[in-house]
Amino acid sequence: MAEAHPVGFQWVMEAKARGAKVIHVDPRFTRTSALADTFVPLRVGTDIAFLGGIINYVLSNELDFREYVVAYTNAATIVSDQYVDTDDLDGLFSGFDPETRTYDAESWQYATQEKDGGDRQDHETQRETASGMQHETHGMSVDDDVLRDETLQHPNCVYQVLKRHFSRYTPEVVAQTCGVSEEQFLEVCEAWTQNSTRDRTTALVYSVGWTQHSVGVQYIRTGAILQLLLGNMGRPGGGIMALRGHASIQGSTDIPTLFNLLPGYLPMPNAADHQSLEQWIDATRNPGAKGFWSKADAYSISMLKAWWGEHATADNDYCFDYLPRITGDHGTYRTVLDMIDGKVKGYFLLGQNPAVGSAHGKAQRLGMANLDWLVVRDLFEIESATFWKDSPEVATGEIVPEECRTEVFLLPAASHVEKEGTFTQTHRMLQWREKAVEPPGDCRSELWFFFHLGRMIRERLAGSTDERDRPLLELTWDYPLLGETQDPDAEAVLKEINGYDVATGRPLSTFTEMETDGSTAGGCWIYTGVMKDGVNQAARRKPGRDQDWVAAEWGWTWPANRRTLYNRASADPEGRPWSERKAYVWWDEEQQRWAGHDVPDFEVTKPPSYRPDPGVDGIDGIAGDDPFIMQGDGKGGLYVPQGLLDGPLPTHYEPVESPFRNPIYGQQANPTRKEYPRQDNRMNPSPPEHGSEVFPYVFTTSRLTEHHTAGGMSRYVARLAELQPEMFIEVSPELAGERGLENGGWCHVVTARAAIEARVLVTERMTPLRVEGRTVHQVWLPYHWGTGGLVTGDSANDLLGISLDPNVLIQESKVGTCDVLPGRRPTGRAVLDLVTTYQERAGILGDRTVPIVTTGPGAAGDDEGDPTGGGGGAS
Amino acid sequence: MAKVNLGWPVLRQLLGSDVLGRGVAARSKQTDATTARTETADRVAKSVCPYCAVGCGQQVFVKDEQVIQIEGDPDSPVSRGRLCPKGSASKNLVTSELRQTKVRYRRPFGTEWEDLDLDVAMEMIADRVVKARNDTWQDLDDQGHKVRRAMGIASLGGATLDNEENYLIKKLFTAMGAIQIENQARI
Amino acid sequence: MSWTISENSFWGPLDPAADAGYDEDRPKRKGFFTDTSICIGCKACEVACKEWNDVPADHFDMTATSYDNSHSLNANQWRHVAFIEQPKRLGDQDPGLRGTAGSVDLGMPAMGPQGSESPEDKPDFRWLMSSDVCKHCTHAACLDVCPTGSLFRTEFGTVVVQDDICNGCGYCVPACPYGVIERRKSPDGAKNVGIAQKCTLCYDRLDAGKVPACAQACPTQSIQYGDVEELRERANKRVETLHEAGVMDARLYGNDPHDGVGGAGAFFLLLDEPEVYGFPPDPVVTTKDLPAMFNRATAAAATLLAGAALAFLGRRG
Repeated sequence: MAEAHPVGFQWVMEAKARGAKVIHVDPRFTRTSALADTFVPLRVGTDIAFLGGIINYVLSNELDFREYVVAYTNAATIVSDQYVDTDDLDGLFSGFDPETRTYDAESWQYATQEKDGGDRQDHETQRETASGMQHETHGMSVDDDVLRDETLQHPNCVYQVLKRHFSRYTPEVVAQTCGVSEEQFLEVCEAWTQNSTRDRTTALVYSVGWTQHSVGVQYIRTGAILQLLLGNMGRPGGGIMALRGHASIQGSTDIPTLFNLLPGYLPMPNAADHQSLEQWIDATRNPGAKGFWSKADAYSISMLKAWWGEHATADNDYCFDYLPRITGDHGTYRTVLDMIDGKVKGYFLLGQNPAVGSAHGKAQRLGMANLDWLVVRDLFEIESATFWKDSPEVATGEIVPEECRTEVFLLPAASHVEKEGTFTQTHRMLQWREKAVEPPGDCRSELWFFFHLGRMIRERLAGSTDERDRPLLELTWDYPLLGETQDPDAEAVLKEINGYDVATGRPLSTFTEMETDGSTAGGCWIYTGVMKDGVNQAARRKPGRDQDWVAAEWGWTWPANRRTLYNRASADPEGRPWSERKAYVWWDEEQQRWAGHDVPDFEVTKPPSYRPDPGVDGIDGIAGDDPFIMQGDGKGGLYVPQGLLDGPLPTHYEPVESPFRNPIYGQQANPTRKEYPRQDNRMNPSPPEHGSEVFPYVFTTSRLTEHHTAGGMSRYVARLAELQPEMFIEVSPELAGERGLENGGWCHVVTARAAIEARVLVTERMTPLRVEGRTVHQVWLPYHWGTGGLVTGDSANDLLGISLDPNVLIQESKVGTCDVLPGRRPTGRAVLDLVTTYQERAGILGDRTVPIVTTGPGAAGDDEGDPTGGGGGAS
Repeated sequence: MAKVNLGWPVLRQLLGSDVLGRGVAARSKQTDATTARTETADRVAKSVCPYCAVGCGQQVFVKDEQVIQIEGDPDSPVSRGRLCPKGSASKNLVTSELRQTKVRYRRPFGTEWEDLDLDVAMEMIADRVVKARNDTWQDLDDQGHKVRRAMGIASLGGATLDNEENYLIKKLFTAMGAIQIENQARI
Repeated sequence: MSWTISENSFWGPLDPAADAGYDEDRPKRKGFFTDTSICIGCKACEVACKEWNDVPADHFDMTATSYDNSHSLNANQWRHVAFIEQPKRLGDQDPGLRGTAGSVDLGMPAMGPQGSESPEDKPDFRWLMSSDVCKHCTHAACLDVCPTGSLFRTEFGTVVVQDDICNGCGYCVPACPYGVIERRKSPDGAKNVGIAQKCTLCYDRLDAGKVPACAQACPTQSIQYGDVEELRERANKRVETLHEAGVMDARLYGNDPHDGVGGAGAFFLLLDEPEVYGFPPDPVVTTKDLPAMFNRATAAAATLLAGAALAFLGRRG
């Protein structure tokens, strides 16, 4: 956190000065570790084992916050007796199909719901469309006849299921798996549990490298389970904080430039399942379910009204058919491989530098070299604009400029001070930026570019009677244009996002004003309220020193300017603060409403004593003591029967590339992961497959304080470039000795994809770990460099292959295996030869079947490939 | 300057309180006229740091339509006026000599950049989008389901952009049937 | 003819702005207290300083000494963050590292034994970071030797180069006991090449009531700006707090008005001996004996006109 979010770290230091204990768990001793009370070095890719061990410690010592757990989580809910755990199936859950490597989740459901609680889509489709998480974002569908045992003794209640599931994660197993000493592990367990009470809360902070694993979603789930068990969710000083890495990456998820989502986490319609407006809406609202997603019809129809205005009517299903349909995986990695295969004509890059920033840099660059046209919009001449003349593939002869057909437009972009608009940062806060100056020369905002591109496309199609052009021609696309450059008025766009009453144009104040009859329009329902009363709430800047500590009058936080989500949980079931010290939101008996320091995340006049009548659904179905109002049962999900493709509970799987056999289960790695088995995407072998010894070391990558992501905003900036001027690698003194590496000298790192070179920084901050009785060396690389800018170097992301988390299709880029050799890498074609030599030695050069399913019937043994695994290597 | 003023410090030294000539007697006119350039700025824009997602407040000082200083906004309850090295380098970012301010064009099989007028570039891009959309248009998928889309157009980026920009990007691409629209959140 | 030179004008405790002729309306002496125990080594201070003061970037080489790529304080580096990786513990911190014996000499400055010989016995480690800056000495030799009057004492008690006066003679460079001040040699085309360079404590910002750029940026407030008197009290309390917390290494550097430079306007809380951070252990103002030399000179030249003597001193030759 000190490393990549230094200004946020001031609050950690302030907490520390007030007596908070800071524990830092990381593969490498960083600037955060330097200021922590305890640093725990961990083997990369073993976080679930580590946190699972803490969960086991909590459960086996009954240290959970029992009153919170019983009332606010699904701990008491009874799970189907058909459910069989990984504990009994050697790392697989019940319902696994080794052919498709997916689950039938029927047996995961709550008792009595096995049939109707199942998923509308099968898991294979969900994996293809990254839609598995729909239930996570849209709430589980839970009937009110689920069985509960509030004594938590029923053998199939979630609490007991959890207890059995994590019972394997003993301190010894944690030590064996993670390379952490038992003493240190227990110290963390004690600190975490002792600091999680009525009077005290513990915060879990992660950076989004956690998502970049083949089990990334389950990493975060493990954190959520632990924080729920300890009563740390929805309470001040608690929670799980995701430190996101780009100014508006939260905003670009809320208003998603993502293939599977529409604004406000509405799903992109799927061709097979969402053939009608009703089917599409029902996929979100789950008819009969409880909670706020029950109003998804109002949110969805208001969005269609915002886009197609007067053309969107009840008669034409509000132009629902104007939405294109997804049919499978259309994620960025699939798309790049399609580029290599010649299926994509044109590509826009908007402030993004995949030639350096995405996994498998070579695939990215070869994809771009095989387009009809490419539009790059950036502040600088980044590598993704110059791949045709100076990429590593030009040096190897894989890209020959005279033979590369891609037409490239590099359009200079306006910087953050040359346009106005809002960012949504990691705390879900929208902050408006004022425009300081006009952009220089040809520089323009994306708002300008896309507005005018849309205008010009519409001009070209004007008069068309082709049905396919109607969505474009009938699109609401008439924003006021300002100034010499004719920039659209960003605030007018924000007003549309906020939503308005169609008849009067009055901005809506809250999403509860959205209607299903087309009388309201609104581009992103969760942002409704940002223009409350016609005032740009995101532009509010009442100084922090003139406000209380919640500072509710600075910017605007979705939803409804609520700063802490699920804050109903900061009060006990009767609505009283859990303790005076941790009072945040409470039921004011006199006023008969919720009150407190923050906007209550609850219907403000619904008393704690409220109980819905049987059969009541929607918002009224949520009881007065159910704080998790977006969930179908109002409960925090310790166990997740729906929505996760790789299991209802987190399980330790080895990274796709690992030098170790999974010490906990026969199943080696995530069996449901998304793979692209191709010759140009070879993964290094891992046990039980032979050849893993060819890549004996583990590497991980991350950021330096002095640079930013793929370097597009730092390597071209002298003041930053000089602070970390060269690509380097951090190695322990032990590994330096083993491989003959010299501090300040050069070495090169080899995987099945690439060989890159870096200067050597030998440091005690890297430490070998003892895992499964042997020593493992880990190395660390920053991923900021490329061929452009003031300081250049090889790109760490070139080392990676493409292998994805099945739930969200995010790549495993925080862990891989490699070899490390002294000296500089070969140049020209010789570097390809070196990589080929390694592929050959590892036995992955020719046809190969990767053992993905490594337990159960038909699984690969320790000596043979898996005939049914299908994937990972050559096809 | 120094020579012209030489007599004066001595005189000040002789007659004043700074007998050693190390303080008031040594001040040059330029020193006396010193003021922070932020004091004479034409205006100050309230902004937000463009790097990570902490969301630190920034003040952007402008003089003669040039950015002359970017520093932390002490009013911000998020950052209390502080900035990390990246945030502190924001002026360098927006005023860097390496900023691309002209459209660059690389024709197919070209070996060098060429100049291109922005208006021309926009027309060319609009033509190409329309063509790629037509060339790769699908009304139905192979199972006969309605899809109304064009798989020939893809986009990546958004996490460094404004909400309003992402909104128009998603709205336009969706309306034209382009679905391979992605950003850093998938990476 | 008579003049008053305080008996402490060259040595010992002194209010330097008063001694430099500023009247009683002058502001309180300003300075930095840099608490290295909360420095996260982010280098925001280096960048904020360069941005405000237009100090050029001129070196793009990796030094391979931890994360220190700005080498030292110099003409183009008015703030410099040192990084020290040490086989020592930071108070009660559990550094967690449990490697086997080290096998490569990192060349890092360290007090005490380097590493440990036996495997599985390397528990001690800490990573120290510290942002160095001009000390703005109470008795500033750079100022005392400056023949042009370019270096002067401000009303805030700080020491500043007037670049419109400096002739680049360089006398100040060897005079500084810390090796801070330096003439700018590069890069080509940079402003003020040849002129002496160092921290001004953002004299122009102070004049406008603003905080120096580095202190304003510092994310953890490791760099604290304020009245020196108050900062000294704060520093003493901080040392006490750290000692109570078991960080017995905490000590102050440059805060004592009785030290060799009469106390620094920019002083530090360190967690090890000064040498570890690259500070001289016991700096002494190089012009300490100037008054004695001057007295001998005046005795020998008793018949000279007072004005000539004054001119001599005024030019501080």
